[in-house]
Amino acid sequence: METGFLIIAGITAVGAIAAMSLRNLVHCALCLTVAFAGLAALYLRLGAQFVGFAQILVYIGAVAILIVFAILLTRSNETESEAGRGRGKWSSLASVGVAFLVFSVLSISVLSGSMANRTAQDLPDISVKEIGLQLMTGYVLPLEVIALLLTAALIGAVLIAMPEKSAANGDAQTRVAHRSPTEAGEKLNDL
Amino acid sequence: MTTLQGYLIVSALLFAVGLAGALTRRNVILVLVGIELMLNSANLNFIAFWRYGEHPELLTGVMFVIFSISIAAAEAAVGLALIIAVYRHYKTTNLDQMDSLKG
Repeated sequence: METGFLIIAGITAVGAIAAMSLRNLVHCALCLTVAFAGLAALYLRLGAQFVGFAQILVYIGAVAILIVFAILLTRSNETESEAGRGRGKWSSLASVGVAFLVFSVLSISVLSGSMANRTAQDLPDISVKEIGLQLMTGYVLPLEVIALLLTAALIGAVLIAMPEKSAANGDAQTRVAHRSPTEAGEKLNDL
Repeated sequence: MTTLQGYLIVSALLFAVGLAGALTRRNVILVLVGIELMLNSANLNFIAFWRYGEHPELLTGVMFVIFSISIAAAEAAVGLALIIAVYRHYKTTNLDQMDSLKG
């Protein structure tokens, strides 16, 4: 058990626990970013460079920013109300108990399993070229499906997040569009 | 405790933390964050088993994690769009106050 692994694992675990337990939502998002960065470092330690940098790009670069935007757009950066938390005190305790049970079962099975004597094989040369070749040969069908899924998710996210009264908004936009040339003209006259 | 077991225990801890957060927190965004943490712990398991498995040159674990990351990104985008749409309707992000489907 190396020291580097212990440090990275500790940072990841503390970040995750803080992200799930802090009151302020923006602090939660920042701690979540720390946990994601720790996970990326763990991937890099395991020799999966491409996955590690994809984790940094996708999670720290995109998902964390999306979460911060959602927090700001829903204007819920004030802390959760005490009444809402107090009402479900017993259910919260039960949930934490269930999570602890899951963790203990998983760690007991990991520690008592037959993986103790497994050692790492020699790391093969996994260049990005090799990953690209695999994506274009053996995994080309999943790649196409993922492309379709991402397109559908992009369009779906825009459609879902669009305002409900799109007709009224459209009218307002056309009105603004009609008005804007005259305003521009007035500004030109002022100049 | 070997290194593989260390990675697996970190992954189990992340899963448990995500599960506890998704079950206890009442804010929709934090529930989504808990789900993301659980997905990430599964990814860590894939990479650890790939590294300590029999045939790391086949790249199966890496491929699975690449696809899993892209699916998680799509899920986060759609989930946050849903959260914003629901917030526009209910004016709240508290799960306890979103208690009707038809609105």
